[in-house]
Amino acid sequence: MSATGAIRNIGHRVINAVWRIGMASRFFVLTLVYSSSSFRRFHLVVKELFSTGVMSLIIIIVAGLFVGMVLGLQGYETLKRYGSESALGSLVALSLVRELGPVVAALLFASRAGSAMTAEIGLMKATEQISAMEMMAVNPIARIVAPRFWAGVISMPLLAALFSAVGVFGGYLVGVVQIGVDEGSFWSQMQAGVDFRDDILNGVIKSFVFGIVVTVIALFEGFDAPPTAEGVSGATTRTVVTSSLAILMLDFILTAIMFRGN
Amino acid sequence: MSSSALVEISDLHFAYDKRDVLKGINMAFPKGKLIAIMGLSGCGKTTLLRHVGGVLKPTKGHVKVDGQVIHELDQDGLYAMRRKMGMLFQFGALFTDMSVYDNVAFQMREHTDLPEELINDLVLMKLHAVGLRGTHDLMPSELSGGMARRVALARAVALDPMLIMYDEPFAGLDPISLTVVGELIRRLNDALGATSVVVTHDVQESLKIVDYVYFMANGVIVAEGTPDEIRASDRDFVHQFVHGEMDGPVPFHYPGKDFRQDLNLRA
Repeated sequence: MSATGAIRNIGHRVINAVWRIGMASRFFVLTLVYSSSSFRRFHLVVKELFSTGVMSLIIIIVAGLFVGMVLGLQGYETLKRYGSESALGSLVALSLVRELGPVVAALLFASRAGSAMTAEIGLMKATEQISAMEMMAVNPIARIVAPRFWAGVISMPLLAALFSAVGVFGGYLVGVVQIGVDEGSFWSQMQAGVDFRDDILNGVIKSFVFGIVVTVIALFEGFDAPPTAEGVSGATTRTVVTSSLAILMLDFILTAIMFRGN
Repeated sequence: MSSSALVEISDLHFAYDKRDVLKGINMAFPKGKLIAIMGLSGCGKTTLLRHVGGVLKPTKGHVKVDGQVIHELDQDGLYAMRRKMGMLFQFGALFTDMSVYDNVAFQMREHTDLPEELINDLVLMKLHAVGLRGTHDLMPSELSGGMARRVALARAVALDPMLIMYDEPFAGLDPISLTVVGELIRRLNDALGATSVVVTHDVQESLKIVDYVYFMANGVIVAEGTPDEIRASDRDFVHQFVHGEMDGPVPFHYPGKDFRQDLNLRA
């Protein structure tokens, strides 16, 4: 490819990316505008909460438990070198509520619930269900997108909190039950070391932001998917890749804002 | 054009990008009649139907439904108009996450404040009309193709529309389902006093049930008439289409280079 061709190609990709971000932003605003019916008919959101939130419980609980157990092991090995094994509780809890809880839960949420949302909406589009709804004078953004959006936004912080809680229990199992760190110091160090506003609340804010971003990406990709098998599979892949990158980038930005200087 | 026409299409032009799909269509669908629009795949029939439903905007000309120009309506006006329309999609387009019952009840719940007991009666009546009352608690995945089409038909007429549109209602059906769906289209049209438009390329089935036929090719109307006139037509295109002949105005071979040239033979 000639140099001009390569530059043109890069330019085309950049324009396309900017255009898609614009479309996704417009889609997000429309979702908010058409959200009122989701609150008037909250059972629609509850139905989606089941498929996005409840159906993600197993993966969140199992992953949380193992991440907590690994933290317990690694943390103990490191702290032992400095003779501070008693700080294990604090280390496990801070790692989870500040970082790993929101981030890993959001990554799992994107892979489990986000991909399912994209595939479902993409297939609804491919089988003309969305066109049928429009022809019945029912706005698909209000009826299909908004309830899923709010279900994602509500379930994400709850799943992250559950991930952290189970992770703390995993750390306790390995640190206290298996290795034998003093139980009293494990919990008291945790209690003393974790601040509600600085640590827990910031973690909740992170997971709330991740919930919005993952759900909007998943819904937009589904709604924008070409109505073919290839189109839907491509959109599902893009949801997982884009959401994961967005989570990690946003995590850095949010961490820099929240914890700088602490 | 007749003043009793529910749908009037005047000089309708439409292009996708720069490719002309509709090139000056004029049609009138009189109230109470069942109209068929026939033609080869890709001739613009579904595009035409989408203009009637207000999904696409014409580049020139207009579609009037019940006296209102469709593309000039705002979203509220368009949605109000669509509440008076029913549409059956090619493969039914039933909502796969809802039961048969909920599919038929969908519009009643979205657009009316009817109590659930009344919705129950109406849904069962609509399903009874298409012979599928017994399937109300099944999911769409448990239905055969023909049954799904009939449920979609019950859903399309849920709010007793004045205009019912059918996009390829006979595609992929077995002979019994084909007759059942054809018969239901006619019966529902007459029972509801509605006007129906069937876009199809199933000649034999549609000629049995419709009142008037338009033939389209390459974005224009090439023939029109009653089913008897169409059967008796001596126009080459209509004759080839109605009798399903392999070669004629629509050639068997896709245009290409000379065969001898492709085989590298000397002339």
